[in-house]
Amino acid sequence: MLSKRIIPCLDIKDGRTVKGINFVNLRDAGDPVELGALYSEQGADELVFLDITATHEKRKTMAALARNIAQHLNIPFTIGGGINAVADADLLLACGADKISINSAAVRRPELIDEMARAFGSQFVVLAVDAKAIDGEWWVHLNGGRIPTDIRLLDWVREAEQRGAGEILFTSMNHDGVKQGFACEITAQVSELISIPVIASGGAGAMEHFYEVFTAGKADAGLAASIFHFREIGIGELKGYLKEQGIVVRT
Amino acid sequence: MHKTNPSNPPKPKKMQVAIINYNAGNVQSVLFALERLGVEAVLTDDPATIRAAQKVIFPGVGEANTTMRYLRARGLDELIRSLTQPVLGICLGMQLLCEHSEEYDTPCLGIIPQNVIKFRPQHGEKVPHMGWNALYNLKNGIFTSELEGEYVYFVHSYYVEAGNYTTALSDYTLPFSAALQKDNFYATQFHPEKSGMVGERILQNFLQLAS
Repeated sequence: MLSKRIIPCLDIKDGRTVKGINFVNLRDAGDPVELGALYSEQGADELVFLDITATHEKRKTMAALARNIAQHLNIPFTIGGGINAVADADLLLACGADKISINSAAVRRPELIDEMARAFGSQFVVLAVDAKAIDGEWWVHLNGGRIPTDIRLLDWVREAEQRGAGEILFTSMNHDGVKQGFACEITAQVSELISIPVIASGGAGAMEHFYEVFTAGKADAGLAASIFHFREIGIGELKGYLKEQGIVVRT
Repeated sequence: MHKTNPSNPPKPKKMQVAIINYNAGNVQSVLFALERLGVEAVLTDDPATIRAAQKVIFPGVGEANTTMRYLRARGLDELIRSLTQPVLGICLGMQLLCEHSEEYDTPCLGIIPQNVIKFRPQHGEKVPHMGWNALYNLKNGIFTSELEGEYVYFVHSYYVEAGNYTTALSDYTLPFSAALQKDNFYATQFHPEKSGMVGERILQNFLQLAS
């Protein structure tokens, strides 16, 4: 049976991981490849690297990062952060990236999804969407959740699927960073609406939260950052727990 | 110290592994995987280099019809059919070794007499089949017994039914061919280059086959 995926997310700036990552057994805790390799050894199923560098050199640094990861890691990875054009994605593919994620640029110009899917295949295109619930209605937000739009979440994910997205990475702004659990109800609605896989993000604070998002939330994968970086939960331990609860995971 | 004899220059080094380079997705990651295993490999579409290699890998991510047209336009279809050393088709590479694909009704290379069909989920399963799934009913060749039940990474919307040439099964909506073999042609629907230690083992098993 297809297993549920556990995906650590690493924020990268100028080729280094950000957030106070504190692993004693790492030579260089700021090295994204070394941290990625450690997660891979612990049983991470995939990795997501979000480049938050904001310089005009960005295209080059992202390409170098993708190549470095692809050379050293033997599990799939997604790279994202400010990808605006097919040419950006083409370069990342040539460097060995398995998937790219696009977010705000696709909201601003939805045809970008069609162009990416046509050029590289849907399996290469992850649509990341940040949404916030306001009075019970979920609205898409741009630029890491800072800019509201008048686009409804469910409308947007359906459109993205029709345009050729291969996967949805959904982050609930209401739950992100709060560590009280994923937004299970809306994640389940997203997952039931579309036929492509859904990665749930935002809110992981305990192992039970992953159990909930894989059952009630109907998610195909669970993504988290700080609980893994700060070693609040080990990936091996999390998978052992999920397996005991009857969730199919790769161990 | 070794002395070199200028009258007897070394022959051009025979590439151990040729990875067929064509307009398919992530061929680079197969090259990187071999590099990690310390194996000399080259990405090439040169017929002479491919023919001379001890092992050939036919990777592939993409769409069947476009890819078959590309291969035919360059004569790579005939070349692949004529290879006698061990060949490993990966993902779309495996599907193209078969007879026919439902993806845009595409005649394939016809090396392995099986057909490629689309997943038609009955119970709301997602398509593509994306992620880690378990292998079972392994047959010899590139599989060693300790790999039974291990997980490997898949991304595909089309599959090959279980049949005479199936060497590994996996379950998604139904039991399907996770791997095939006919004569010197080996194939995996999953991506060994992205399947962690298990995938590395499978690649090593392929590389150790007698040429």
